Amino acid sequence: MTPFLIIFCVLAAITLSTAFLTVFTKNPIHSAIYLVICFFSIAGHYLLLNSQFLAVVHIIVYSGAIMILFLFTIMLMNLNKENEVHKPRVTRLGAIVLFGLTCAILIALFVNSKPIMGEYDATGEDFQSINKLGNVLLNEYMVPFEFASILLLVAMIGTVLLSKKEKIQK
Amino acid sequence: MNNVLNQIGIENYIFLAVILFSIGVFGVLYRRNAIIVFMSIEIMLNAVNLLFVAFSTYHQDAQGQVFVFFSMAVAAAEVAVGLAILVSIFRNLGSIDIDNLKNLKG
Repeated sequence: MTPFLIIFCVLAAITLSTAFLTVFTKNPIHSAIYLVICFFSIAGHYLLLNSQFLAVVHIIVYSGAIMILFLFTIMLMNLNKENEVHKPRVTRLGAIVLFGLTCAILIALFVNSKPIMGEYDATGEDFQSINKLGNVLLNEYMVPFEFASILLLVAMIGTVLLSKKEKIQK
Repeated sequence: MNNVLNQIGIENYIFLAVILFSIGVFGVLYRRNAIIVFMSIEIMLNAVNLLFVAFSTYHQDAQGQVFVFFSMAVAAAEVAVGLAILVSIFRNLGSIDIDNLKNLKG
């Protein structure tokens, strides 16, 4: 067991357990908080892979913006209750079976794709500092970058329109 | 830090991402609360992002990480619009139980 492997195992255990708790907890607020812990541990994975900028952006976007949105919505709708009705038993059993099947199929698919992936060789070349990422983002991916801003603008307008209170027409 | 994937192994990242994705699928099918369904979708998106970053390191290529930025932007837009739709559903129906949304079933 090398130190990196130990850190990875701890982070993976936190990620998977909090993801399970997100799905299983009855209270939506507790779910949201478990999801925040899950996102933080994923940011830890990014740090472990030495992509610092992505880890910081992940924390800002997911743990900051998206989770605040979730929590505000939960509190706005006053959903802080634990009396949710379960789905029918057949559906729940089907969900569990599908969970196992998805796991098995995807793992089999990825394990068998080993010859296509090629071998990993660490050249020590710097490819994920902010400097390099900015160059790639603003040279090769300039047009998609601008389209992302249009997407965010459209999403903002759509959100305002959707959540505006409608007047009762008579 | 350069040999981190030699020590951990890409397989472990693949297993982690696959199980995380399956948890997301499970949550979408298992729960009736629409907000939890949204959270499960976020878990699925994050599993894919994690695999992107792992393979970006594996191939020593920055383009995988750039793709993760775009997918984060799309996820943020998706969550904002989706939660606005949930709020308007809640205003009209008084609950966000997805099994109650059967109006189009006929």
